[in-house]
Amino acid sequence: MSLCAGCPSAGAPAAPPASPLRTVALVGPPNSGKSTLFNKLTGLRQKVGNFPGVTVERHTGQVFFPDGRAVTLIDLPGVYSLSPRSEDEQVTRDVLTGALPDTPGPDAILLILDSTNLARQLMLAAPILSLRIPTLVVLNMADDLRGRGGSLDLEALAAQLGAPVALVSARQGEGLEPLFEFLRNSAGAPQPRELPVLQEIPKCRQWAGRVSHRSGYHPPAPPLWTRRLDALFLHPVAGPLTFLGVVLLVFQLLFTAAAPLMDGIRFLVAASGRWVEAVLPASPLRSLLIEGVWGGVGSVLVFLPQILLLFLFIGVLEDSGYLARAALIADRTMARFGLQGKSFIPLLSAYACAVPAILSTRTIENKRDRVATILIAPFMTCSARLPVYTLIIAAFLPNRPLAGAFLGTRAAALLGLYALGFGAAVATARILKSSVLKSERTPFMLEMPSYRWPTFQSLGLRLLDRAKVFLRRAGTVILAVTVGLWALAHLPLQEGKAPPIEQSLAGTLGRTIEPAIRPLGFNWKIGIGLVTSLAAREVIVGTLGTIYGMEGDAHSQSLQQSLQKDLTPGAAVALLIFFAFAMQCISTIAVVRRETGGWRWPAIQFSYMTALAFLGAFLANHLV
Amino acid sequence: MLQLSVNKRRSDAHRGPALTDLRRGEAGVLDRLDLPEEDARRLMELGFLPGSRITAALSAPGGDPRVFEVDGSEVALRRETAARLKLRFEPGSPGMVPNP
Repeated sequence: MSLCAGCPSAGAPAAPPASPLRTVALVGPPNSGKSTLFNKLTGLRQKVGNFPGVTVERHTGQVFFPDGRAVTLIDLPGVYSLSPRSEDEQVTRDVLTGALPDTPGPDAILLILDSTNLARQLMLAAPILSLRIPTLVVLNMADDLRGRGGSLDLEALAAQLGAPVALVSARQGEGLEPLFEFLRNSAGAPQPRELPVLQEIPKCRQWAGRVSHRSGYHPPAPPLWTRRLDALFLHPVAGPLTFLGVVLLVFQLLFTAAAPLMDGIRFLVAASGRWVEAVLPASPLRSLLIEGVWGGVGSVLVFLPQILLLFLFIGVLEDSGYLARAALIADRTMARFGLQGKSFIPLLSAYACAVPAILSTRTIENKRDRVATILIAPFMTCSARLPVYTLIIAAFLPNRPLAGAFLGTRAAALLGLYALGFGAAVATARILKSSVLKSERTPFMLEMPSYRWPTFQSLGLRLLDRAKVFLRRAGTVILAVTVGLWALAHLPLQEGKAPPIEQSLAGTLGRTIEPAIRPLGFNWKIGIGLVTSLAAREVIVGTLGTIYGMEGDAHSQSLQQSLQKDLTPGAAVALLIFFAFAMQCISTIAVVRRETGGWRWPAIQFSYMTALAFLGAFLANHLV
Repeated sequence: MLQLSVNKRRSDAHRGPALTDLRRGEAGVLDRLDLPEEDARRLMELGFLPGSRITAALSAPGGDPRVFEVDGSEVALRRETAARLKLRFEPGSPGMVPNP
């Protein structure tokens, strides 16, 4: 069968079109393989940002032609219809009608549909074709359709829709020539034989059924492998066990497999820092570079491998189709906290780092569930809290066996802190979901896609994109904050030199906030640590090391001894609880602002977590 | 082969059988969606149209949420939602039929 029907004359010398295409939008229902196709067409020439004013991601990319012309592709969110009920649908509709200020309306549309379920997928064709924008209907998953014995008459479908139709497999890169041809030459506005009344969904479905019937569509046999795998993954016993296994594996690998890579980055940061230190003469600039830039940004960069590994796992789980099953299995448990199954993976990820966790909440379509998940994610005990916990616990708690050789007092204390964070998250979720974020009663519905092999290209591009987002933030917000904190610790200059930290601005700040933190049992030195740890939690270890004039190292005996002198046991517990609850992390604040599209939520979150931290620490200091 | 006795099952007795009354492998014909207009439209876009044939498939442990086969795709719904999707039920010719 021909792979393109009604396409602009392939092979014939292409006359330059009167008005060449500049912007082309990709539209399609979720799971139609739209993003895979977008990646295939644009490769590395793509950019990810947000649509102005909303949290919907905007992917744009370029397709270049030999004559030097370029077409910009916009990958729109997956939607089932254009009735603007969700933010995704609103954005899709606004882009297509040219209503968005920063995005010109597209000159043409690629409508991506899953060819293995054509009759239902065609429902989206009705509102798209009625826009009267030149449209190429791309039937994706040709390999699946063929493999499972389905078929259709492309000519007939093109005639019914009054628009060119191409049958492709985006994953295999098969049959894409008609797409390039279309992007080069475009086509006229679609002339469908008939269109249904768009407001009436049953009418749309009947129309779609008629069109696919008249196109000789033979639906393929049910996906055998998907049924087989689901019999395992959704088995009453094997299903939850597999789920648990996957969760433990991800969790374990996040810490073990990432460790050597993180050590590698730590080594590179330290080595390059030493090199800079050796090359530059002793000067405030060198101090700024070493302590400010290298110390601050370096300590955040270390998390890059963990973040990338996490997104690799999420990518594999999502692209393979297992994530939908995992969300299904986790749904009931999460529902008890007022959340839903899709919140599970982000919350799990938050044990590594809240930043990628918050970025990964994008898989949650329900806005309120997504915001609730974002708000509670920082309560999960991230790896940046570990050095702080280790230092305090080691300084104040002798390690005695508690339950045989398996559990010592220190490990138990650490586990207790993990539980504390989890408990705070659950309680907060319940409060949020029964008040401000009470779900708008949108029923939970989750389409189970067929299982597919993830493609290297999609995984690679996703990792590259996340790395860029993270590095851009490390290079801007985090850099600015760490340099600012460095300045606080090194100004005002005394006789042209940095003052001892007690007399620096940070020291002054520490003394200023001392009255506020004294009820918690903290002195001004801890106060400075609290201020500097806003950059990243573990920075407090280095700061305390500097203040006490010792190596900043969680395992340093002398630092532990100094802390024992300065903190009562009650204050030590208070400090632990403070770090369990407080949102001491600029990167998280920055990413929450980006993902929620404003300062409102991060401000509420920061105030709430800090208040909780103060309250918890106050109680601990007075009760212990 | 699956003879159904709808009334014994857990359902909103006064409102008739719903998707929640289907056991795994059983199919029924959707009659109406007892949901607010917006939510009903969303489900209809996924294929839950009155008159369409819906088959109960696998579920999460405990039976909630459950996957339903509808219009060529598989969609998971929570019990609270499935309970409001009512099945066509006519005395003498039950709307529920075993999946062929």
